[in-house]
Amino acid sequence: MTIGQALRNPSFAAGLAITLAVAATALLSFAWTPYDASAMDIAAKLQAPSAVHWLGTDHFGRDILSMIMVGSRNSIAVALVAVGIGAGLGIPLGLAAAARGGWLDETLMRLNDLVFAFPALLSAIMITAIFGPGVFNAIVAIGIFNIPVFARVARGAALSLLRREFILAARAAGKSRSRIAVEHVLPNIANLLIVQATIQFSLGILAEAGLSYLGLGSQPPMPSWGRMLFEAQTMIGFAPHMALFPGLAIVVTVLGLNLLGDGLRDVLDPRLQEQR
Amino acid sequence: MALLEIERLSVSIGATSILRDVDMTLDRGMVHALVGESGSGKTMTALALMQLLPHGAAMNGHIRLAGKDIATASESEMCRLRGAEIGMVFQEPMTALNPVKTIGEQVAEGIRWHTGASRAEAEEQARAMLDRVGLPPARFPLDRYPHQLSGGQRQRVVIAIACALKPRLLIADEPTTALDVILQAQILDLLKSLVAENDMGLLLISHDLAVVADMADRITILRRGEVVESGETVRVLSAPADPYTRRFTQASLHMPDRPAPKAASGTPLLSVGNLTREYPGSRIELFSRAVPTRAVDNVSFEMAEGQSIALVGRSGCGKSTLARMVLALDRPTSGEIRLDGQRIDNLPDDDALRQARQKMQIVFQDPYGSFDPRQKAETLVAEPLHLLDRKPTPVERRERVATVLERVGLSPDDMDKYPHQFSGGQRQRLAIARAIITGPKLVVADEPVSALDVSIRARILDLFADLTGKLGLAWLFITHDLNVARAMAEHVIVMDEGRIVEQGRTDDVLQNPQSEAARALVAASPDLRLILSGKLREQG
Repeated sequence: MTIGQALRNPSFAAGLAITLAVAATALLSFAWTPYDASAMDIAAKLQAPSAVHWLGTDHFGRDILSMIMVGSRNSIAVALVAVGIGAGLGIPLGLAAAARGGWLDETLMRLNDLVFAFPALLSAIMITAIFGPGVFNAIVAIGIFNIPVFARVARGAALSLLRREFILAARAAGKSRSRIAVEHVLPNIANLLIVQATIQFSLGILAEAGLSYLGLGSQPPMPSWGRMLFEAQTMIGFAPHMALFPGLAIVVTVLGLNLLGDGLRDVLDPRLQEQR
Repeated sequence: MALLEIERLSVSIGATSILRDVDMTLDRGMVHALVGESGSGKTMTALALMQLLPHGAAMNGHIRLAGKDIATASESEMCRLRGAEIGMVFQEPMTALNPVKTIGEQVAEGIRWHTGASRAEAEEQARAMLDRVGLPPARFPLDRYPHQLSGGQRQRVVIAIACALKPRLLIADEPTTALDVILQAQILDLLKSLVAENDMGLLLISHDLAVVADMADRITILRRGEVVESGETVRVLSAPADPYTRRFTQASLHMPDRPAPKAASGTPLLSVGNLTREYPGSRIELFSRAVPTRAVDNVSFEMAEGQSIALVGRSGCGKSTLARMVLALDRPTSGEIRLDGQRIDNLPDDDALRQARQKMQIVFQDPYGSFDPRQKAETLVAEPLHLLDRKPTPVERRERVATVLERVGLSPDDMDKYPHQFSGGQRQRLAIARAIITGPKLVVADEPVSALDVSIRARILDLFADLTGKLGLAWLFITHDLNVARAMAEHVIVMDEGRIVEQGRTDDVLQNPQSEAARALVAASPDLRLILSGKLREQG
């Protein structure tokens, strides 16, 4: 299937466009922002959106557009690394559990249940509260809760695949279980995992915003969407733009990723490819 | 007046024509067989009768049930007819029943819906019907769930549902394909007696000419959506007028030219001694000890180099478990397996086992499931090369794959295709190519032709015979189809409940079976030649 055919799927096309736009904004912020995101200009505080400050300014007179642009780096980086931790550890664990079975499977899956049993955001708050607030701890906290998600998806998909005859044929060809997992199982479940990764990515952005809102994520002066919302909440009555724009940034990014995940699910489904 | 008249029935989906001008008539109390290879439109005809065609299908022509045209009937009229006037038996009893409803509910459901009977009355009728199909309520209470029954019992439930309201027309779509020969014979007997008893018309869809010859009064042969030949079964099959029918019957009777077996000498290629495999049973009570199930029970046999042996038996008799242990994919509980004199049942997963695996390979039943859908034919066929001591270079690898592809009747250009680009028969050739690429001495073939159409199956059997001669391979065929055993193997081993009950030369065992299990198998296996000559004699 070519990318052109894939783009005929509307949610894939829309999701991809939004996600690329967000990523481009983050990259652009390294080179250029309308103003320095941390430069204060008390004289120009709490201005509504205008031609000078497109999205207005906050209570310290900082440019909100610049803060959103710089803040997107933070959101993306945290979510990306957290998904990396989840997939990097979760997928091998899930595959091992499926391929080995027995006590290893039992142990890993019960550990999984244990992690699942705690509400993810509450536990992330607990971890950052114990180890101190900061970007690094936020990443670790969100990443840990991604592990069981990927482990479970990988294990479930691998189990149904491992019963197929081509796995038996590979064993008759003398391949070891780990080699079969990498050569036969992983490519066949990759589409499921990619879709899961986009969903976890959007959840990661939400979680990062949540932690920063509580003051447990990235620390000042580094701008972050979650903390912008926190700072805006006392001023929402007379400066609603301070809450509106970071909020919109979160909504649009998460929506884009969810559309992308939805679209990918359809685009990667081989049964749909056959029909095209 | 005929019970069912189909006149110029055509079905198309989009621009593709599925059925073209199909004509057929079926009388009460008669069995009419609809025969053809996959894709010939057999099932589509049945679905058209029930007005259950897939979305987007357009239908033309007349279908008259007892004189009334139902091709133009409305959906609500059809709902009244389906189940009450037309009953349907599906191929796969596993998926045709609702797993969360009891068998009693499922039989009573249709009775209540169509007759408005009370719950108690419907239950009473359901009980009588289940008793009639051979599931007496004393042993099979109505509150059983489908998973508590075996495959054959489930198919009886499906038949009970289809016949509960004594429909005038019963459609059976490959009703025994998922069952072994003994269950097949029982189910066919049941269908035959139900037809006679209720004066129903039975439309039997099948690809198996032996079954059809035994069951059907009349036959219609379909090919690519068109009727090729139609008429009285014995006449059509014994003296086919159309060249396609002739090819079809010949393919069903096909016996490949097998090279004469060489005299065995020296150490046997494979020797299996007192082999047993137990599986842990389920515990009935918390503190009672689980009784293990013996899948294979004290089995011993030998195989010479270049010999073909058929391992036959009912499903669940332990033949596949035995094959897996021979291939060192499963470990025996006790006993030993020697390949070329070397023990392979207790080898650790290392070099020694790798050496042994070079000498043995496998061909599976399902040509669809036995390939990784995401790899190309070259990678798939070359997979066992991994067992060689010296890994071939990419160029050598392509050469070797090209050679085996040619040997199994494919083209070297097929190397870069994906599995879904091959037909079922080609895929089975691909599986054989994969099995012979390391130059093994023994290939285990697990029901290698049972998923294939008759004509393709004949060609694959020829290929097996050809390879036996050229490569000096020994084949272990696992099958429940005695015709395959007869065609392919000079020696046959009959298994029953994990034990070998009889073994010997194929002709001796199949013509004069000594054990109970072998006699039952032979009696249940339909043999087209015998059935036709018997029927011709009856008619004089």
